[in-house]
Amino acid sequence: MMEITEKYIKKINQKIALKTKDLAVFYGEKKAFAEGTIEFPQHQITALIGPSGCGKSTFLRSLNRMNDGIARVEGQIMYHGLDINNDDINIYELRKRIGMVFQHPNPFYKSIRENITYALKYHGIRKHSVLDQKVEQSLKAVALWDEVKDSLDKNGKQLSGGQQQRLCIARAIAMEPDILLLDEPTSGLDPISTRKVEDTLQELKQKYTIIIVTHNMQQASRSSDYTAFFNLGQIVEFDKTSRIFTAPRIQMTEDYVSGNFG
Amino acid sequence: MNPKKTNQIAKNIIYGSVGLLILLLLFLIGYILVTGLPGMSWHFLTSVSQSFAAGGGIRDQIFNSVYILILTTLISFPIALGVGIYLAEYAKDSWFTNLLRTIIELLSSLPSIVVGLFGYLLFVIKFQIGFSIISGAITLTFFNLPLLTRSIEDAFRAVPLEQRQAGVALGISKWKTIMGIVFPCALPKILTGVILSAGRIFGEAAALIFTAGQSDSVVNYANWNPFSSTSPLNVFRPAETLAVHIWKVNTESILPDAHQVSSGSAAVLIIVILGFNLGARWLGNVVYRKLTATDKER
Repeated sequence: MMEITEKYIKKINQKIALKTKDLAVFYGEKKAFAEGTIEFPQHQITALIGPSGCGKSTFLRSLNRMNDGIARVEGQIMYHGLDINNDDINIYELRKRIGMVFQHPNPFYKSIRENITYALKYHGIRKHSVLDQKVEQSLKAVALWDEVKDSLDKNGKQLSGGQQQRLCIARAIAMEPDILLLDEPTSGLDPISTRKVEDTLQELKQKYTIIIVTHNMQQASRSSDYTAFFNLGQIVEFDKTSRIFTAPRIQMTEDYVSGNFG
Repeated sequence: MNPKKTNQIAKNIIYGSVGLLILLLLFLIGYILVTGLPGMSWHFLTSVSQSFAAGGGIRDQIFNSVYILILTTLISFPIALGVGIYLAEYAKDSWFTNLLRTIIELLSSLPSIVVGLFGYLLFVIKFQIGFSIISGAITLTFFNLPLLTRSIEDAFRAVPLEQRQAGVALGISKWKTIMGIVFPCALPKILTGVILSAGRIFGEAAALIFTAGQSDSVVNYANWNPFSSTSPLNVFRPAETLAVHIWKVNTESILPDAHQVSSGSAAVLIIVILGFNLGARWLGNVVYRKLTATDKER
């Protein structure tokens, strides 16, 4: 049985978009994640890596309160000086600021256009000119516009898997969030589609802070700026991605990234 | 036995049972139509029924059946939708929801004659509403609710969880996610449930004999004021439906043309259900396509 005896969490000396302090997640009595203290740098891509069941998705889903009603989350999540892990927080407003993209592409059973406008209309945007502009902008941001501009009224499910996932990213960024959380967004995609999604993320980090859970080591090393290694429900090491993959400070991290795990 | 042979035998059995079912259905429907259609005439469809003389029609029975069907659906659909959504989307696994499910299953296995007698005692006698369309419709609601609730619950459950996550993650409330995103996906299956239950309601006799009654009041189709006693829309008048009419004509009628009347009524019953089926499917498809921007049903 492995035990975490040492950890290294780098302090960030640049602008921080989100930070957690002593975050712990419980499913009933079972502790799924603990001692989560980490800072996410603004306009950077942070990858969360680690073996299955290490708590990284659980941790990610806590950040925009998707665990509400499913798990109990303790500790602080600081966002713009506000602890958002708090019952007084308006979670609908929060989720506009912290968007999420899931493992399996899940466009709505609606037209491509409506996939993007549905939530915008719900949040009060009614003007057609504004909505049309949002559709074009967000589809361009994920490099999907040229592929679908003539079929905006077709069902989003008729696109290929990679296109669907980019549509989901477009749908999330149409809300103009600060932070984009992605939970293994490419695990079901072929290498070419995966590459397109990664390229999209590189473009998006100019404007958004991105936190991505991934099982794919190459993906973490080639597309993220920072990497956090999770194991046994804790964050073991957090540092610049180059450092994690070349000279990690913790033995457990080195074993994992070099494939000598377990 | 080698795999090829077992495979062949299994295939034959499956094809055989399908063929048997088709034959049975064709025979039944064919028999009803062949015996019923020859006596069909415009006069039969548009004149009132007779008690003693030949040449009566089924005008009022057709209207009553359709009216009770519509009323029952209007009453039971919102309730079934609410309970179905609760069970599929909100209910946690607890003793309460288990009890609710058990009650629903129990209700669905009650014989319709029992439901009819219950309606008779409660609405007709206790509440003194008398034999009436409304007593019949409410009683049929009891009879209809369990299966309709079940099919609506199943329709919602069949929509992937990811659809709900997507909505909630965009800051959309749970209720709006259910109604705006999940409901359109569930619509085709909900509609199938409504169609199946409509067929049951339209063909139901036992539960109506004691609640909506076996006699007809004199109605005037020019009078559309629902509070007037001669209006066809009046829900407090007794009303014999097509299915009850068939039962009555076959059991206690002294009509010289009883066989002809009952065969004709049966044929009309089947044709109306078929028409309702096709119409509802067409309408559902149009709505689904509009809501989901697809070319055809999934």
